[in-house]
Amino acid sequence: MSDALSLTAAEAAARVRAGDLDPAELWHGYRERAAADDLNSYTWVAANGGPPAVDREAPLGGVPLAVKDLFCTEGVPSQAGSRILEGYRPPYTATAVARLTGAGAPLLGKTNQDEFAMGSSTENSAYGPTLNPWDRSRVPGGSSGGSAAAVAAGRAPWAIGTDTGGSIRQPAALCGIVGLKPTYGAVSRYGMIAFASSLDQAGPLTRDVTDAGLLFGAMAGQDPCDSTSVGLPAPVELPSRTDLRGVRLGVPEELTGEGIEPGVLASFRETLDRARELGAVVESCRLPHAPYGISAYYLIAPAEASSNLARYDGVRYGFRAEGVDDLLRMYTETREQGFGTEVKRRIMLGTYALSSGYYDAYYGRAQKVRTLISRDFHAAWERFDFIATPTSPGVAFELGAKTADPLAMYLNDYCTVPMPLAGIPAISIPSGLSEGLPVGFQLAGPAFSENGLLDAAYALERSIGFRDAPWRTAA
Amino acid sequence: MLSREQVLHVARLARLELTEDEQRRMSEELSDVLDHIETIGELGDLADVEPTSHVIAVENALRADEPRPSLAAEIALASAPDVDMGGFRVPSPGPAPA
Repeated sequence: MSDALSLTAAEAAARVRAGDLDPAELWHGYRERAAADDLNSYTWVAANGGPPAVDREAPLGGVPLAVKDLFCTEGVPSQAGSRILEGYRPPYTATAVARLTGAGAPLLGKTNQDEFAMGSSTENSAYGPTLNPWDRSRVPGGSSGGSAAAVAAGRAPWAIGTDTGGSIRQPAALCGIVGLKPTYGAVSRYGMIAFASSLDQAGPLTRDVTDAGLLFGAMAGQDPCDSTSVGLPAPVELPSRTDLRGVRLGVPEELTGEGIEPGVLASFRETLDRARELGAVVESCRLPHAPYGISAYYLIAPAEASSNLARYDGVRYGFRAEGVDDLLRMYTETREQGFGTEVKRRIMLGTYALSSGYYDAYYGRAQKVRTLISRDFHAAWERFDFIATPTSPGVAFELGAKTADPLAMYLNDYCTVPMPLAGIPAISIPSGLSEGLPVGFQLAGPAFSENGLLDAAYALERSIGFRDAPWRTAA
Repeated sequence: MLSREQVLHVARLARLELTEDEQRRMSEELSDVLDHIETIGELGDLADVEPTSHVIAVENALRADEPRPSLAAEIALASAPDVDMGGFRVPSPGPAPA
């Protein structure tokens, strides 16, 4: 049993398709682990019935999938980590999830997250924090912390999450797994409970780069239900490259100096040396506006959130405050009781940034900074194929260490916000350990460069040979 | 520094009812965050820079205007906290204006 569960998802799928592995064994094994999970990675686990009917020929081979709570799943709780959606069971399923289950990955469970994906530690969940499987006194990162912890601990073969300012890549880094944020528009947002619509993008959290490519390929594509989704210019290919000859890597000074923990920088530099050994040309570069990414992001994302979250009014679904006999007070009481502190903070920040008299100085200016950040990347692509940075400035921090200081929490996103602001793809892979905790190495590329990114990440992954992740020895 | 009055004004716009303690904390915490955010002021005059609201060039996405089945009313109402006579029931908005 545990043998099949120590395979990567792509290996397991290949064995199922070859007739060497019964998908029911995978289903029961993972369901048992998910149901017994003591990290609070899951907010819902599939019932202990028979395994869902699986087509053994299907591309994903019946390998079960963990899904971040904010993806709507028909008839299954979809609460986005919020009390205001407690017990909500949507009448329809998100396109990304429907595509993956349709491709042969049955729904194993829903994973914990920061409320409405607002956070970098999964401590903002109304359903309690998720613990990091490497050290239970530490956070798994966020907001897709449940997905990251479940995959890292071997309690899911693979998972999906969403990334708005780093919410796939940062928890992947802090849990020692792979996380891919695709190009904006590559994956349909239909049925994703919205945080910041111009930034939100779904993607895989997986044990290795090949799994990420397999899952991404099955979830991507244009969707008539999301007018901002686009078809990929080329089909997703599984990575196969073993060297980096001819690949030019730019290392932005602004994201690789001050504010990055020494242990993280050491692992980052070691990985750059590996890239050189594999044939890459590694040179320093500039992204002069990247340091303003946090400022632009924490205006644009809350502004969009304040608008998106206006729908939670206690009328059509979810929680309603009891005992209020006045309509306006019903709205305000419902929102007061239903939203957590961080969500209120962001709604306040966003509403302020959009309010009369402040719009130009805040929201309008942030959109211009967004243009400048995009231009920096465009200039970089003239010299480089990819940009390399650490994913997170530090390793997983202690639970509670940053909850009292919102700004300190926001600065976790320093290296990950510029990419979604520019709409470009980026991947995080584990590059080693610092103080016994995993460090993430990030590669970003031009829009729709996922195939190249996966290939480069794969070559590095083989060279790094990261073997410490808990899923390898999970029982 | 965001004053208590500004916090209350924004909360009213956002339909949030904040406790006394939340009002005080919002004023402090949002002021800290805004201090950091205001570093974008260092970038000087941006009058010539186009704003970005959407990152990928997409033309209007159109589809044929054909009727399709939608959610049945009972399914759309199934998650509502209070339902009556085939609709969402809410408390009274108050007496009609004179």
